[in-house]
Amino acid sequence: MKGCVSVMYKIAVMGGGDTVIGFKALGLDTFPVSDANEARAVFAKITAPEENYAVIYLEERLSLEMANEISRFTNKVYPAIILIPGRDGSQGLSLTALQDAVIRAIGTDILG
Amino acid sequence: MATKTVSPTRMELTRLKTRLVTATRGHKLLKDKRDELMRQFIEIVRRNRELRMRVDEGLSVANRALAVSSAIMSPDVLEQSLLYPRQRVEFDMTFRNVMSVNVPVYNFKTELEDDTSSIFPYGLAQTSGELDDALTALAAVFRDMLDLAQIEKTMQLLADEIERTRRRVNALEYVMIPEMQESIRYITMKLEENDRSTKVRLMKVKDMVLEAAGYGK
Repeated sequence: MKGCVSVMYKIAVMGGGDTVIGFKALGLDTFPVSDANEARAVFAKITAPEENYAVIYLEERLSLEMANEISRFTNKVYPAIILIPGRDGSQGLSLTALQDAVIRAIGTDILG
Repeated sequence: MATKTVSPTRMELTRLKTRLVTATRGHKLLKDKRDELMRQFIEIVRRNRELRMRVDEGLSVANRALAVSSAIMSPDVLEQSLLYPRQRVEFDMTFRNVMSVNVPVYNFKTELEDDTSSIFPYGLAQTSGELDDALTALAAVFRDMLDLAQIEKTMQLLADEIERTRRRVNALEYVMIPEMQESIRYITMKLEENDRSTKVRLMKVKDMVLEAAGYGK
């Protein structure tokens, strides 16, 4: 809004076309991408500070090839990059990321 | 242990002693901070796992329904029907301070464009019932997804802070404090040694003076 001091943050969903289409109906900004290169370009665009995306849901499948880009934001307050399973179901990558964080923080895997 | 070269002076000794006191207190405080962070972190990890499983589950349900509906409907119609969302998401972010870590708190409101209660942005004539199911499932899981985002970010930030605090605690405990103690010991010994040698020298000089004055044995 013009003249409004507080910033409105936005939520983005990135992934394959058929994964993101449902989120569009919920009123989120969706970015359908077809391959990793396109994903990288879009990702760079929407993580730019002036874009104000606070949460970016990213399809798991893409995250493998974008590990570098994602890790740049791990320690930033926003955007939060959250992996979601794509159409072909969860691959458990998010739980691996969770485990990594636990190991990094505590030094051992307490989840077993 | 190889000591750094410290000048064995009283001034240095006092300085080191004050620093040792500060370091010890800092170590204790940081240790407490680490423990508390750890406690909260573990709690958050538990909740994160729970939410993650719920979200994965919910999304796969929604995705299945969506897959079915896209099989029934032509892609064009599907895209058209979802093209213009009726729902808007008002999203706001504030921050909460957890043990000096700023973590985000998300507030969100969904707003319908008009006051019909349906979130479906399409007429029911041309679309299949499965699409309705898919959207209902998505809407249901979305709240969990936002909670998940908040929890996951909090977890990442806390993990980072714990790692840093842990390093600091270890550096103080195993490097800084022992090093200072060693230096203090070294200076004290050196000073005592100096004292003794001065004393001996004085005694010697006194003897020599006495001898020169003819009082010797």
